Amino acid sequence: MGRINQIYGCLVSLLQKCIFRILSVGPIPNHIAFIMDGNRRYSKRLNSMEGDGHKAGFSALKAMLKYCYEFGVRYVTVYAFSIDNFKRNPEQVQSLMDLMLEKIEGVLKDESVFNRYGIRIIFSGNLGLLSEPVRSTAERAMLATAKNTTAIFSVCVAYTSTNEILHAVQKSCEEKWDEIAASDSSDQDEMHHRIKLTDIEKHMYMAAAPDPDIIIRTSGETRLSNFLLWQSANCYLYSPSALWPEIGFRQFLWGILNFQRIHFYLDKKRKQL
Amino acid sequence: MDFARQKRMLCFWIDKIGNVLFRLSWHLVHAIIYLCYFTMGMVYGLESHLISRGLLRKYKYLHISKINYLAIVIESEEACRTSNVIQLLQWVTALGINHICLYDNEGILKKSKDFILDKFDRAILFQDTHENNMLLDQPCMTLEFVSFSDGKEAVARAANVLLMKYIKSGAAGSNQGEQIFTESEMSEALKTVGSGGPEPDLLLIYGPARCHLGFPAWRIRYTEIQHMGPLKSMKYGLLVKALYRYTMVRQNYGK
Repeated sequence: MGRINQIYGCLVSLLQKCIFRILSVGPIPNHIAFIMDGNRRYSKRLNSMEGDGHKAGFSALKAMLKYCYEFGVRYVTVYAFSIDNFKRNPEQVQSLMDLMLEKIEGVLKDESVFNRYGIRIIFSGNLGLLSEPVRSTAERAMLATAKNTTAIFSVCVAYTSTNEILHAVQKSCEEKWDEIAASDSSDQDEMHHRIKLTDIEKHMYMAAAPDPDIIIRTSGETRLSNFLLWQSANCYLYSPSALWPEIGFRQFLWGILNFQRIHFYLDKKRKQL
Repeated sequence: MDFARQKRMLCFWIDKIGNVLFRLSWHLVHAIIYLCYFTMGMVYGLESHLISRGLLRKYKYLHISKINYLAIVIESEEACRTSNVIQLLQWVTALGINHICLYDNEGILKKSKDFILDKFDRAILFQDTHENNMLLDQPCMTLEFVSFSDGKEAVARAANVLLMKYIKSGAAGSNQGEQIFTESEMSEALKTVGSGGPEPDLLLIYGPARCHLGFPAWRIRYTEIQHMGPLKSMKYGLLVKALYRYTMVRQNYGK
C-alpha cells in the first residue's frame, strides 16, 4: 500500500511539474496575496474545535507556498491577523496568537529550510499591538532570514490597510518635520517641504514588495476586508468558493489561468499610472 | 566524438520539440477556457433575460434598503459611452438606489458630469450636499464623480493638511514613535481636500477584469466588489442578480 502511495505521489508531482511547465509559457505573477478566509466555518462543518480549522488552514498555507515558489512566484503575502480580529473573543485571539507563536518558533528551529530556498520572511503590520513573546519571536524570524533574496514571504499581522496608510502618513509627517527643523531657517518655502505620494509609499508596511498581481480570497467572499487596498489598484481579485483549508492545486491553477487571460490589460493599466 | 555530437543534437531537438508542444498546449488550454467563458456568457445572457421578465422568483423582491451607497467603476476606455452610463444609472435608480458614486481612473466621467446630471430630474452632485452624513436623508438622487486623483493623490494632499496641523500643534518632534493621528482625523483631512465621500456598500466593476482600478482605498474597507463584465454588454438582469447577491451577504467585520 505504501509503495502504491509513493508511486501515486510521484505521478502527481510529475503531473504538477508538467502543468507548471505549460503555464510558464505565459506570464507568471510576481506577487500573489491570500486572504485566508473560512477556517472557522471549516471547523463547524466538521463539528470540530475551532483551533482544528486554523491548524488545517496552516497545512493549506504550506501547500500554497509550495505551489507558488515551485511555479516561480517571487513574492507571497498572507493576511494572517487583522487589527479587527482583536475584537474577537479573547480565548480565540489567544489561541491564534499561540498558533502563530508555535509556527514562528518552528520556522526558527528549522530555519535551514527557508535559508535553503532563499526565502526571506517579513511580518508587516502594527507589531506593537502584539504581545511581547509573539513580537520578539517574529523579529527574530525576520532577522534570521534577512539575508535571503530569492523570494519574500510577507505575513500581515496586526494589519489593516487604513492603519498602514495612517502609519505611512505619520512617518512622512515626522520625516518632513525633521527636514524642516534641520533646514536653513531662511528656506521656509512650503513647496520644498510638502509630502509627496512617494514619501507615503516608502513608509508603507508593504514597501518591500511590489503591488500584488493576484489577491485570492477564499470562501467566495468578494470584499478585501481592509487588506492591501492601496496596493490593489491593478490587481486581479479572485474569490474561489472553497474554504481556506480546502484550497488546493485546482483553485491555484484556475487563478493563474485567469490572471494570464487578463495580464496584458492589467499591465497596460499599471504602465498608465 | 561523433556520438557526443549526435547526443547533443538529439537533446537540442528534443528540447525544441518539447518547447513547441508546451506552447501549443498553453494555447490549447487558453482556447478551451475562452470557449468556457463564451458558453458561460450565453448562459448568463439567458439568465438575465429570465430575470428581466420576472420569471425567476427569487429575484423579484430585493431588499434594496441594505444598499445605502453604490459605487460603479467603469473602465476609462468605455467611460465615453455616455448613453450606456445613463442607461445604467436609470436602471439603478428605477431599482430604488439614489446615492451613487461613478468612478473611472482617468476622470472621463467627470468631464461628462453636467451632461449626465441633466438627464435626471432632481439629481445633484454629491459635492454640493451640505453634510455627508445627511446624505441618507436626501430625497433626491445624488451623484458623485471620482477619479484616480481622489485616491492616492488625495491621501497625499490630506497628509499635508495633517502635517500643517502637526506643526501648528506644537507637538512636532516631541512624540516620535507614538500615534499622533487617528483614522477619524485622516477621514476629516480627506473631506477637507474634497475627497471624503462615504464608503460604498457595493462596488460594481464594468470592465474586462475584476479589478477596482484605483478606487479610493480609504473608502472600500468592507465594500463588496462584484465584476459585471464590459459596459457595452451590460444587462439589466445581471444588475438585479448582483444586487440580490449583495443583499444575501453577511459580514462579521473581523469578529
